Amino acid sequence: MVPISYYVILSGVLFGLGVIGFVFKRNIITIFMSIELMLNAVNLAFVAFSREFNQLDGLVFVFFVIVVAAAEAAVGLAIVMVIARNRKSLNVEDVNLLKF
Amino acid sequence: MFPPLQDLYRIAPEIVLCFFGILIMLIDPFVPAGRKRSMGWLAFVGTLVALASLRFMFTHLGSAYSGLLRVDVFSLFVHGIVIVVAALAILGSFDYLDHENIQRGEYYALLLFATAGMGILASANELITAFVGLEISSISTYILVGFRRTVLKSNESSLKYFLLGSFATAFFLYGIALTYGATRSTRFEAINQAIAAHGSGALLILGLGLIFVGLGFKVVAAPFQIYTPDVYEGAPTPVTAVLACGPKAAAFAVMLRIFYSAFGNASHIWFWAIWVSAVLTMCIGNFAALVQSNVKRLLAYSSIAHAGYILVAFVAASEIGVAAVLFYLAAYAAMTLGAFLIVAHVGGTGERRLDVADYAGLGTNQPWVAACFSLFLLSLLGLPATAGFLGKFYAFSAAVDQRIVWLVVIAAINSVIGAYYYLKVIVAMYFWEPNKEWTPSPMHAPMFIVLLLTAIGTIYLGILPDRVMQWAIASAQSLH
Repeated sequence: MVPISYYVILSGVLFGLGVIGFVFKRNIITIFMSIELMLNAVNLAFVAFSREFNQLDGLVFVFFVIVVAAAEAAVGLAIVMVIARNRKSLNVEDVNLLKF
Repeated sequence: MFPPLQDLYRIAPEIVLCFFGILIMLIDPFVPAGRKRSMGWLAFVGTLVALASLRFMFTHLGSAYSGLLRVDVFSLFVHGIVIVVAALAILGSFDYLDHENIQRGEYYALLLFATAGMGILASANELITAFVGLEISSISTYILVGFRRTVLKSNESSLKYFLLGSFATAFFLYGIALTYGATRSTRFEAINQAIAAHGSGALLILGLGLIFVGLGFKVVAAPFQIYTPDVYEGAPTPVTAVLACGPKAAAFAVMLRIFYSAFGNASHIWFWAIWVSAVLTMCIGNFAALVQSNVKRLLAYSSIAHAGYILVAFVAASEIGVAAVLFYLAAYAAMTLGAFLIVAHVGGTGERRLDVADYAGLGTNQPWVAACFSLFLLSLLGLPATAGFLGKFYAFSAAVDQRIVWLVVIAAINSVIGAYYYLKVIVAMYFWEPNKEWTPSPMHAPMFIVLLLTAIGTIYLGILPDRVMQWAIASAQSLH
């Protein structure tokens, strides 16, 4: 059997990739996908721990995360649509009215 | 399987709020465009019923849904704050939505859903429940922030809030996953027992850190406060008022529970993290506010600074410290709600009058509004006999009791710095030449009532704090 640390390290790497994508990408949709990647890294960690402990809890948490991520995606894409319609651009650097 | 009846009593306010929210969504399509304000009144009734239903919670204290929720005096206190904030914000939104031409039913429904989420946060006794509550309130507020759909600034602040909010939520979730991995549970008591039994390993410390990132975002603690001024400025002002009071109070509540109940045995680890964060939060908030000429943005920075003062009380991990946090949240809600609603009133159509210069002469044009605004600003500043003073007093003395002297010294210096920008606005209102080109629109009854209530609340908490402080202390005791 694959030891749990492999799964946890993989989920850490996925999470890190999500963070890097969030920080460095300029397209709103790509940034949004990076967040989804981070959430899926969380799911992987939950499933791995759940299997390791022989508990069902972790699996149930994954469903909660999926449901909330879906709700978030619905709202998020609506916000992105409004931005795209009003500005004709999906680059975050163009969204810069509010400044210090 | 249907949950036992007493469990339903324990989430009575959430049921009521969601019921009225759904009712509004159902009725809204049949209400003609000119009469949408009736939806607002329905939502207001909903909040009043929810307040009344706190009675059911009070008579059924205990844990619900096999320990996922814990209904105690603490949870009641926070419920009280968030529901009252929602009720007053609904009244304060009527005129604003009218002149912005966005008087719609879903605004009120979303406000009720957000409040229900905050209520769940206040009672959550398990990390995933806390996450769900956090998301219910966040997702509703993402939409509310962007409610002025055709205004570019509102779009932008909605996008920023959404992206950074989801980013912070992902950190929070990963923190939960790691904590689960380290302790085999997400229930607060079980986590605390596991820490007591096995100590805190690297996995747990990392998990705790990530949870702090997620919650720090919601309570606007530095260095996670970056989004605050932009989001607060672009959001419709009544929504800003809610954001600054409701979600913040609920997030502080769940943070208290997580850090004291779940990670109480690891307090030596988070003590310095919060200490540093408190210093940064106060300093960033106050120094950035000094150079602001936009009053809405100024109040946004002031809200960061106040989060810092609350963190000072938070660091003093004592009963009186928890009570001080709760009292501060109540006091802060009263004065900030009033202040932001006055900004909404003076801002006028399209929020064009947000500059300090636009407040020139308000003291002669609308003396009552100016008097109320002065009261709120002086209370935010911390003048004796106002709510803000006692909030700070309790917070700082709780920290001094625990011998956290340097933090209190920094906090005291910061409150003196804060005096400059609050007084600047007051001076503008009373001593600058009045602006001849325009006068603020007359104030209507609902807004007037809200200002009256928040002003009374500010003075009441400043002069007769005993009763509320007793509740706060009872709440703090119920936390253990």
